[in-house]
Amino acid sequence: MEQLKTIGRELAMGSQGGFGQSKEFLDLVKSIGEARSKAEEDRIVLSEIDILKRRLLEPDIPKRKMKEYIIRLVYIEMLGHDASFGYIHAVKMTHDDNLLLKRTGYLAVTLFLNEDHDLIILIVNTIQKDLRSDNFLVVCAALNAICRLINEETIPAVLPQVVELLNHQKEAVRKKAIMALHRFHRKSPSSVSHLISNFRKRLCDNDPGVMGATLCPLFDLISEDVSSYKDLVSSFVSILKQVTERRLPKSYDYHQMPAPFIQIKLLKIMALLGSGDKNASEIMSMVLGDLFRKCDSSTNIGNAILYECIRCISCILPNPKLLEAAADAISKFLKSDSHNLKYMGIDGLGRLIKISPDIAEQHQLAVIDCLEDPDDTLKRKTFELLYKMTKSSNVEVIVDRMIDYMISINDNHYKTEIASRCVELAEQFAPSNQWFIQIMNKVFEHAGDLVNIKVAHNLMRLIAEGFGEDDDDADSKLRLSAVESYLQLISEPKLPSLFLQVISWVLGEYGTADGKYSASYISGKLCDVADAYSSDETVKGYAVSALMKIYAFEIASGRKVDVLPECQSLIEELLASHSTDLQQRAYELQALLALDARAVESILPLDASCEDIEVDKDLSFLNGYIQQAIESGAQPYISERERSGMFETTDYHPQDHHEVPSHALRFEAYELPKPSGPPQASNELVPVPEPSYYSESHQPVSTSLVSERESSEIKLRLDGVKQKWGRPSYQSTTAASSTTQQAANGTPTHSDAGVGSSSSKPRSSYEPKKPEIDPEKQRLAASLFGGSSSRTDKKSSSGGHKPAKETVNKPAAVPKENQTPVQPPPDLLDLGEPTATTVTAMDPFKELEGLMDSSSQDGGSSDVMGLYSDAAPVTTTTSVDSLLSELSDSSKGNPHTYQSQTSKGPNTKEALEKDALVRQMGVNPTSQNPTLFKDLLG
Amino acid sequence: MIKAVMMLNTQGKPRLAKFYDYMPVEKQQELIRGVFSVLCSRPENVSNFLEIDSLFGPDSRLVYKHYATLYFVLVFDGSENELAMLDLIQVLVETLDKCFSNVCELDIVFNYSKMHAVVDEIVFGGQVLETSSAEVIKAVEEISKLEAASNSISLVPKSVSGWRGR
Repeated sequence: MEQLKTIGRELAMGSQGGFGQSKEFLDLVKSIGEARSKAEEDRIVLSEIDILKRRLLEPDIPKRKMKEYIIRLVYIEMLGHDASFGYIHAVKMTHDDNLLLKRTGYLAVTLFLNEDHDLIILIVNTIQKDLRSDNFLVVCAALNAICRLINEETIPAVLPQVVELLNHQKEAVRKKAIMALHRFHRKSPSSVSHLISNFRKRLCDNDPGVMGATLCPLFDLISEDVSSYKDLVSSFVSILKQVTERRLPKSYDYHQMPAPFIQIKLLKIMALLGSGDKNASEIMSMVLGDLFRKCDSSTNIGNAILYECIRCISCILPNPKLLEAAADAISKFLKSDSHNLKYMGIDGLGRLIKISPDIAEQHQLAVIDCLEDPDDTLKRKTFELLYKMTKSSNVEVIVDRMIDYMISINDNHYKTEIASRCVELAEQFAPSNQWFIQIMNKVFEHAGDLVNIKVAHNLMRLIAEGFGEDDDDADSKLRLSAVESYLQLISEPKLPSLFLQVISWVLGEYGTADGKYSASYISGKLCDVADAYSSDETVKGYAVSALMKIYAFEIASGRKVDVLPECQSLIEELLASHSTDLQQRAYELQALLALDARAVESILPLDASCEDIEVDKDLSFLNGYIQQAIESGAQPYISERERSGMFETTDYHPQDHHEVPSHALRFEAYELPKPSGPPQASNELVPVPEPSYYSESHQPVSTSLVSERESSEIKLRLDGVKQKWGRPSYQSTTAASSTTQQAANGTPTHSDAGVGSSSSKPRSSYEPKKPEIDPEKQRLAASLFGGSSSRTDKKSSSGGHKPAKETVNKPAAVPKENQTPVQPPPDLLDLGEPTATTVTAMDPFKELEGLMDSSSQDGGSSDVMGLYSDAAPVTTTTSVDSLLSELSDSSKGNPHTYQSQTSKGPNTKEALEKDALVRQMGVNPTSQNPTLFKDLLG
Repeated sequence: MIKAVMMLNTQGKPRLAKFYDYMPVEKQQELIRGVFSVLCSRPENVSNFLEIDSLFGPDSRLVYKHYATLYFVLVFDGSENELAMLDLIQVLVETLDKCFSNVCELDIVFNYSKMHAVVDEIVFGGQVLETSSAEVIKAVEEISKLEAASNSISLVPKSVSGWRGR
């Protein structure tokens, strides 16, 4: 039956054409699918490799066959076997004229090679050629390959073509070109830094898909440097508004949501731009409020947008209404049955809790449910939330929970993380030192080897230094409790090494200090440790040193020391140890035992681990000796650095110089154009905005005015649109939205009222819904959230102060924002205001839509600026009109400059050079002789 | 950024694996095995998200969806939205479903290069390129049509008819 089905499938596949494969391949896949074990699978694959190796050596392989071999190679490599013997054939296939073969070649090459592979040099030339192809599918394939195969050194070789493709008539190509440029930026920001303005320009592309693609690089750029993109805030907001108002073509809808992925990217960008910026936050608040009302929370993607709104609100400076809306959305997430939504809810809670700490209290039971959920992901997210909301009142419960969970898991990576969090919380909020030591013991016991060694040192220091106050009594109590707990633990099998080191140190230092335990008892225990962990030299070293201290204290206090027999044998064993460290410690111990009380006391005084030891680094006590030696004719000392420095200048450099050229011969052709070629070319390509950005980064103060003007020129279309909407309409809708929101919420005062008596009130509101809540859970909830009620009061009052503080901070930002419109005469923002009232009757978006349609009809004018100059008459101001036409002219002129650049610039020369080099080395792209390649690549 | 797209079957065999940063073959295998061992230990009816720093480095998340015999897996960093990625898997599956009418594991195995073409249309260099399955199908069809046209040699495998006769 199974087989029949298979055959049926294959028949169906035959009709699909284009992607079919031969029986051999199908057999291979089938037999691998049926393999019972990994060994069997390996055997099949190895025999396949043998077959392919033989086949590939045959002369005159038909292209169709070759294509299939390549696919088989890819398949083999996916299964984890080395297919490098066939890479060269894949490279050769990219040279083919047949589209199918070329695509297969590119596919294989992108999967096989990394950007630093030697074979890449053979592909760069082909990519260059393909990027200029008339067939857009070829161009797309090449762009796809670029993303994976081009490294910093080869970027300049393809950069001009990619930039040119940004104006390609096919939107699919423009989209991919932007993403390729984005990829370059990720790989080596410096190589495309002069082209960044292109991203801004493409934001106004009349294809929404291209605009959406531009958001990816802009997101990266903005997260690197927020301040220089503040001017785009209103553009992003107005794009988002257009999207949510369904101004995009229907084809961008996904599950009835308009372009959700674009919305999400925009919200992410807005979160970056709005953080700590009151002005920007205010601009955004309106559209965010809209989104909360509009989002359909019944679909997955709708919830994705809701979550992104919450995230955005947690980053910006939100108004109380937005916060309330976010809190509502979170509670919807948390009440949902879907684990995914709960996860998002917990995550959102963790973000919002920073702004309004009392928000978690309404959800305490939901949080505890998540904590006990069988879903590990959810549990971890909840621990992250708890970690964020820990304070001194609930630290004990939270850390206990964390430790229980830490003990229960096996995943070392996460164990380390949660252990370090426990330690951090314990160090920060510990209610008592006793508790701290207990927690540390638990952490060390269960995750000892995963803890940072610093933690151990901190613990030792804490025990040695005590509270830091002059309360010796409490200190000694603390030490005694530590010693007692260690003596209990020490007999447990298999303690982590780091923990044993701490134990040994503490026992040595304070084991006998209190007089409760005798020296022989402690030393017996220490010997046991050294015996039980005989393979761990560090532990042994600590144990021997601890023994030494104990005996030293005994001797110093005048008591008679009898060394235990097992101790004696340990010392003897260590005297002959292979480890010089252990040997030395043992000899020292032996020597110490023979000294008298006074000498011992000065060597190892009681409880002096915190005293500073003065070290004379300059060895000044040797000065006299040195002086004597020099006087009697010795050479003065030359420091090591000086000696090696001399080596570097005399020997190393020339050698280095000789080596490089011979080794890097092949790459020279590509490196040539870097300084002279592309940067210059692109300077000319983007005449208007580019130079100002350049200078802006160098001298931000003097040129900021100019650059701001110019950046507004780029975003002009969107800004004009926004302005037309005008302020009045904004305000009226805000008022409306606020009332509807309150009505929808039902109990808007709930969270406000809950602040005072928060610990009891929210819980009671939950009780009717869930009649039988585990009392234990309630107790847990109370201990987690309860203690905060007094604190919330404080917080909420401080929250009242906060906005005031922000406004104090703000003026620094405000004037800057205000300056923009008042600036140089040709600024478009100026006219936005007057026209705002006159043009309100016309729907600007309709116009834009119409423009998009018309431009897609005639197909040719994909030029944005041109588009805008058509729209300009609406604004009816002659000076602007002329400016716009100027602009559009210059941008229309661009393609020509591109072409002339590529045709007579350094690129063709470079291509020729490369071609010559390749030929010279015997590599002819169309040659059929694979052995030549072998010689080359050896 | 999306770091990887994977399709694994329920026995842990990779059916398609695409990494958007270069990984040596051994590392790829290690990651695939690591991902599978995490996935197969997840109970039913839990969330589709995983934080997977231990395999892919800090701030990496994973979203998966289990369809019949296949796991669809996306690995990405903090600049993407988990729920949206879940829907991206949905887009991918919907697209495949339309491409192969009722897609199953065998389709994916036997149409290896077409699979790659589809994934390339949806995710490009680690960024989401297209989320409308209709658009993706249009692009893929266009490719196959042009390929067929530019292809002088017949590609309908003789072997299929040969096998049928067997």
